[in-house]
Amino acid sequence: MFGERALELLRELQRSYDGILPAYNEDGVRQVLEEMRVLFEQNQRDVRATADGQTGLYVGIHLRHASLERNQRCVLAYIHDRMIRIRNLRWDFGSVLPRDLQLCLHEQELQWFNKYSRNLAGYMRSIGGCGLDLTQGTKPPKSLFIEVRCMEDYGEFETEDGTIILLKKNSQHYLRRSHCEHLIRQGILEHLIS
Amino acid sequence: VSVMSGSFSSSQSSTANARYFDIDEILATDQKMPCEFEQPAIGLGFIDPSSDDKDVPAGAKLELPLWLARSLAIRRRPFVTVELPVAYRKTYREILSADANVVDLHKLGPFFYDVGMKLLEFEHDEREDLSRTLLETFLNRFRRIMDSAQNAFHEDTSAMIEKLDDVERRLFQAGQMGVQQFEVWERMASSKLVTATAVASHRKRKRDQLDL
Repeated sequence: MFGERALELLRELQRSYDGILPAYNEDGVRQVLEEMRVLFEQNQRDVRATADGQTGLYVGIHLRHASLERNQRCVLAYIHDRMIRIRNLRWDFGSVLPRDLQLCLHEQELQWFNKYSRNLAGYMRSIGGCGLDLTQGTKPPKSLFIEVRCMEDYGEFETEDGTIILLKKNSQHYLRRSHCEHLIRQGILEHLIS
Repeated sequence: VSVMSGSFSSSQSSTANARYFDIDEILATDQKMPCEFEQPAIGLGFIDPSSDDKDVPAGAKLELPLWLARSLAIRRRPFVTVELPVAYRKTYREILSADANVVDLHKLGPFFYDVGMKLLEFEHDEREDLSRTLLETFLNRFRRIMDSAQNAFHEDTSAMIEKLDDVERRLFQAGQMGVQQFEVWERMASSKLVTATAVASHRKRKRDQLDL
């Protein structure tokens, strides 16, 4: 039946629902587009035949047209859903994606990601007079400094005021919240609360 | 509540557009429907894999996906007439009205309510009965789902979740999420900064690969 390959694309997305992106299925999308091309050409032929006086083709034309619209909807939903996920990646991972995730993106998706990232950075610079980092302060702060434990050997980390801290696995630090929030989001530090 | 408004919105054109990108809705409309062709379909024999004919004759019975059946049936001169799928016929409606809680809606669905609502668009004598069954089934099951979502926190609920329709599952998850967040708030841990979920699962996946 028509539209089945397109549906398979969406099932693939549904199966990976933990916020991680499956690789862009270039082959699957191409197959759907090919199916659509065939449907369209057959319809063009039937419409021409109908115009020449042949009758009874209307059911087929209608059915193919519905299939075309269905395929279109599926592919658009596929691209749209991925776009939303890619946008969320910017907020979770920051402006540089890990290598293996980059490989999951289509070239144009990567371009979109970079453009979105630039737009967001531009916007954040423009607000509040001197700029405001919207990815900071995701939770209401209770104190200026927080206790953190390091989850891995990260190496040296230079805070905004120039202090250099050595982040070794299992070491604990007392840091300014705004300096280390990103590292917590990245899973390098763990926020300890008593 | 937002789960409900999203899933139970009627299929008026404005809301139908709002769900254009909704993957669940697209999957739900793939449900197969028994259809009968009112007019012969010339050159469409290939959609019936059980016959070698070039055309589909009038009166042929075929299973078509809901999205296609809708487009062929809901028009002034329908190309096909659509019968209710088994799960929505009288026998099942009677079972559901006897005790809705024992029925495995996931097996009947898994988009039992979504598809049921769409079936109401078709011209059908049993439309009213069907709409009543849908509503009553939901009402009868709702209480138990909400109950277990709030209380069965440290129990194995998988056997129970297995029998839920897609909407009910989301409802259950929403309920559990609420309890969880309340618990976090009670421990005064809601201001704790945590690793982003996508980052966490990405790391987990990488660790799996390292172990291999």
